[in-house]
Amino acid sequence: MKIVVLVKFVPDATAARAFGADHTTDRVGVDGLLSELDEYAVEQALQVIEAAGEGEITYVTMGPENAGAALRKALSMGGDQAVHVLDDALHGTDALGTSLVLAKVLEKLEYDLVVAGMASTDGGMSVVPVMLAERLGLPAATFASTLSVADGKATIRRDGDLASETVEVTLPALVSVTDQTGEARYPSFKGIMAAKKKPVTTYTLADLGVAPDQVGLGGAATEVVEVTARPPRQAGVKVNDEGDGGVKLAEFLASQKFI
Amino acid sequence: MPARQTPFELYAIDSLLSEEEREIRGTVARFVSDRIRPQIADWFESGELPARELARELGSLGVLGMHLEGYGCAGTSATAYGLACLELEAGDSGIRSLVSVQGSLAMFAMHRFGSEEHKQQWLPRMAKGEAVGCFGLTEPDFGSNPAGMRTTARRDGADWVLDGTKMWITNGSIADVAVVWARTGEDAKSIKGFVVPTDSPGFTARDVKKKLSLRASVTSELVLEGVRLPNSAVLPEVSGLRGPLSCLNEARFGIVFGALGAARDSLQTAIDYAVSREQFDRPIAGFQLTQRKLAEMAVALGNGTLLALHLGRMKDAGTLRPEQVSIGKFNNVTGALEITRTARSILGGNGITLEYPVIRHMNNLESVFTYEGTHEIHTLALGQALTGVPAYR
Repeated sequence: MKIVVLVKFVPDATAARAFGADHTTDRVGVDGLLSELDEYAVEQALQVIEAAGEGEITYVTMGPENAGAALRKALSMGGDQAVHVLDDALHGTDALGTSLVLAKVLEKLEYDLVVAGMASTDGGMSVVPVMLAERLGLPAATFASTLSVADGKATIRRDGDLASETVEVTLPALVSVTDQTGEARYPSFKGIMAAKKKPVTTYTLADLGVAPDQVGLGGAATEVVEVTARPPRQAGVKVNDEGDGGVKLAEFLASQKFI
Repeated sequence: MPARQTPFELYAIDSLLSEEEREIRGTVARFVSDRIRPQIADWFESGELPARELARELGSLGVLGMHLEGYGCAGTSATAYGLACLELEAGDSGIRSLVSVQGSLAMFAMHRFGSEEHKQQWLPRMAKGEAVGCFGLTEPDFGSNPAGMRTTARRDGADWVLDGTKMWITNGSIADVAVVWARTGEDAKSIKGFVVPTDSPGFTARDVKKKLSLRASVTSELVLEGVRLPNSAVLPEVSGLRGPLSCLNEARFGIVFGALGAARDSLQTAIDYAVSREQFDRPIAGFQLTQRKLAEMAVALGNGTLLALHLGRMKDAGTLRPEQVSIGKFNNVTGALEITRTARSILGGNGITLEYPVIRHMNNLESVFTYEGTHEIHTLALGQALTGVPAYR
């Protein structure tokens, strides 16, 4: 069983975040980490390998130099090796371009299963996994809240508002998993120390045969036109209870469409 | 820099740590916030700790005996071990005590002085937290003066028979194995260590009740009445007080860092409280008396951390001497205790409840001040180092 897990290095949501002059997220000057939603993908991949009793995991990321930290975090949880696509021309790449680059990486790797998180915690678009599956011609089972692999098939449960679906895909396939799949493990100290010795291969766009104008801000099909910081929170509405507090509260909730 | 810096940001402590050390610290910090912080006040209040369950969780992280090599231990640097102790004690001194006794006392004793059989039999399971160890040196009447211990081990044919009482033994009643120090003759040179399975006939452990400190920690009295052991139970590689004292030196290295954790958590609580607590229509953080307290606490914490890291680097280089560890315990535990008391004053009445961690840390540190070499003995160790004259022998 060979699994590729897609991981992303994202700005730490608890620290100060910033946008560059070109409206892209500042990924270089801020503290970052492995996207928390990708930790669930790592965990699920590790569990599939543990259940199978054999196999290997390769992590793939695309991002600036410090994105290597996301790979090392994943490698400290488990797994075998990683691929880092590092190229200045990638700056500003949109989801379409990201899926192109990842597809080129996957063409170089052997895999039975590709696992991704349900979304990144920064962009939050959830489209890269399906775009990638489309490019590779893989069946995709997305937003899994459970995942199991047996007999050449991956089976997931997708919980919707009205129903839960069980979806089966034949390997090789792509699966994206939600935060309902179960807590991600802590990296053990042995894992942290072993991670330093696990191989990380770096590819440039040239290595992958991707032209610079297919990616980056120039190659992007979408454009962020404007970025405006959310205005600071306004003070709330104070309701003085003069015997009619309940009514006023209900009116307020109704006006906000809560009830 | 953000509008508010933490005390460690103020000192740029992270710049002194390797990436691996930061990751290990971060993992322990996350464990503490997920697993310890939500429940610690209840454990402290009820005086009950799910210690064996926690031992297994700590074992799966790799915390237990983390700085030892081989036998299932992680083999990290001593500095990384110190940082783990710091984060654990930011949760509670009782949790750090569990780890100190397991890794630095029981496991270290076997790792350093034990037979290959002891190591094979116990260390892998202890590293995983499947087996819990304790360490019996102190007795009801012999604390700072262990040379006077009354616990005896006498030969009986090929066996040894142990009799005596050990006191203030962390993990005692939950342990699978005890490292017990006993005299085999008249003088302190005859002291030997014994690996005692706690299911040995004649071995009993009773918990110490009515504690007001380290309530989230198992503290026991061990009673040995004619405990018969084979000769293979003896730790072969050491005799005399050098054995137990070198183990204690390991454990107090962890305390040098650990106490800072309790202090940091108390200081951060006081800062957060001062910023949000209003009196006279403004946050008390804006009052000069409060700012002076916060500044003095942050400097004591930061300086203590620099000292701990210096000692950690020396330990990793193999040059750290026992009296230098004494400097660390002398300075950092006293400083931490002072910080928790001052932080408590900033929290006012709220500071006396278990809703906030501060008075819990403060009470815990009263034990830390005394155990693993009392503050007074460390003072005299420094006095001897400076003058060449021992004051207590």
